[in-house]
Amino acid sequence: MATKPNMSVDIAGIKLRNPVMTASGTFGYGREFADYLDLERIGAMITKGLSLKPKAGNPTPRIVETPGGMLNAIGLQNVGIDAFIEEKLPFLRTVDTPVIVNLYGNSLEEYGELAERIDAIPEVAGIEVNISCPNVKQGGIVFGTDPAAAYEVVKLVRDSTIKPLIVKLSPNVTDIVAMARACVDAGAEALSLINTLTGMAIDLAKRRPILANVTGGLSGPAIKPVALRMVWQVSKAVDVPLIGIGGIMNATDALEFILAGATAVQVGTANFLNPSAAQEIAEGMELWLVENGVADVNELIGSLRA
Amino acid sequence: MQFKSQVISNVEVSPGYYRMRMTAPPAVLDARPGQFVMVRVNGAIDPLLRRPFGIYDLGAFATPYTDCGRQTFLEILYRVVGKGTAMLADLHQGDHLEILAPLGNGFDLGPAGEDKVLVGGGVGLAPLYFLARELVKTAKVRLFAGGRTKEDVLCITEFERLGVETYVATDDGTLGDQGLVTEVLTRYLADDSGSKQLFACGPMPMLQAVARIAAAQRIPCQVSLEAYMACGMGACLGCVVPGKHHSAETPDYRCVCKDGPVFGYHELQWEVR
Repeated sequence: MATKPNMSVDIAGIKLRNPVMTASGTFGYGREFADYLDLERIGAMITKGLSLKPKAGNPTPRIVETPGGMLNAIGLQNVGIDAFIEEKLPFLRTVDTPVIVNLYGNSLEEYGELAERIDAIPEVAGIEVNISCPNVKQGGIVFGTDPAAAYEVVKLVRDSTIKPLIVKLSPNVTDIVAMARACVDAGAEALSLINTLTGMAIDLAKRRPILANVTGGLSGPAIKPVALRMVWQVSKAVDVPLIGIGGIMNATDALEFILAGATAVQVGTANFLNPSAAQEIAEGMELWLVENGVADVNELIGSLRA
Repeated sequence: MQFKSQVISNVEVSPGYYRMRMTAPPAVLDARPGQFVMVRVNGAIDPLLRRPFGIYDLGAFATPYTDCGRQTFLEILYRVVGKGTAMLADLHQGDHLEILAPLGNGFDLGPAGEDKVLVGGGVGLAPLYFLARELVKTAKVRLFAGGRTKEDVLCITEFERLGVETYVATDDGTLGDQGLVTEVLTRYLADDSGSKQLFACGPMPMLQAVARIAAAQRIPCQVSLEAYMACGMGACLGCVVPGKHHSAETPDYRCVCKDGPVFGYHELQWEVR
């Protein structure tokens, strides 16, 4: 009889019972999925990206399916920090799973102010800074694609909070390693990658773009090879834990990211088509460890034979 | 709830339109008219997402093949419009599906005694059939069904079997009056001043016309919307529609999946579409 393998990992001081987190923007504020899985069987929940003020987001159509994936241009619609504290946090408080707040600012100052506000919320286990949303024209994209600007915003957030600090990287860059290094130099204690790849879809009959925003972010299985490559490259270059994201649909996908160098993973688009995906993936990973005689998931991190 | 299901039957009821009956757990019988299901063809990542369908009918039949001697089922009505629905149309009895159901909010049936006026077109008739089945128990029900051609006017016989009085209009006059069904509705309303409520489901221009009529004549009206959506549970925010007081400064987007798909027409902003 095999003993239960250790599934817990540590991300910037946040103890996760297993490496499976739910990606920002794909899991609402947790409660939406409570009927479909046990929120206390996943590693952590990352909230929909929060801004200082409520944000309307983009006009519709906002999503379109593409082969093996989907494009979205939601435009960071969110309830804002005040409503999050009043309406969403009371439920999250009842769940014994770390809550990581994803935050997004329209300006450098807003990033700092948000980080200070979140720093004051004891129930929040950590912060994931979104410097990489491809669908919003102000601010974000600049921080996400220029190492010097990324350094500046991460440094400001670092100076505004003592919470564990994760930075979410955009893949829409020439050199992902340069971006990763800049964020770590500025004080990021973990990196999550990748956010969506910018793309577009066209309706030939109407001769128009399908998304109202014209371009959107591609997610789903279609982007997994790109994400694996970037995690692998970044893991060779920096010493902080990585959180692999990109098209993870099952335990096999998740374990591939761990081998490539990720300490944990985020499940995103899979939540949309299977609301129990995150729990099933965590259980599937554990089963694989048992079947392959691996006592501790940490042994697998970066263990790719390459 | 989330469950695995099998196709019981999948019949082309009109060119390009299919009616699919699938197995479901008994708890599905609590679903209300207007609620919907998300359907995924097993294992496929292309198409990746589930597809939303209004519930057309549900029930249970006697069978020797289940423990309790009964098999619960639900039915959808769909039109083949793309890859996902084309795959559904190719399924046969015994093929596997994954279902999320029931989702969203149903229609408020309103007080007994008032007349119920249903307006629909194409697959928009699906949730109206389930609704009519409930409404006929306590009220006089009329259906105004429209489409481009007679092939878009589905299941009229089934409505009539429930005792629903039906009025039909098609753009080309191949069935019923020639013209828009909302024109037929307007003529009917001009002659009948009794207490009534409107229930509409169909293409957006039809819903806009019904909402205008309801507003002008001060008749209560519920509309059921269709939208592209990824999740069906309020997480992706792909299916939003602007609420009455929505503006960029005071955002008031409603999720069709979670806040709807049924809305009072007065809850929504119609002008901006």
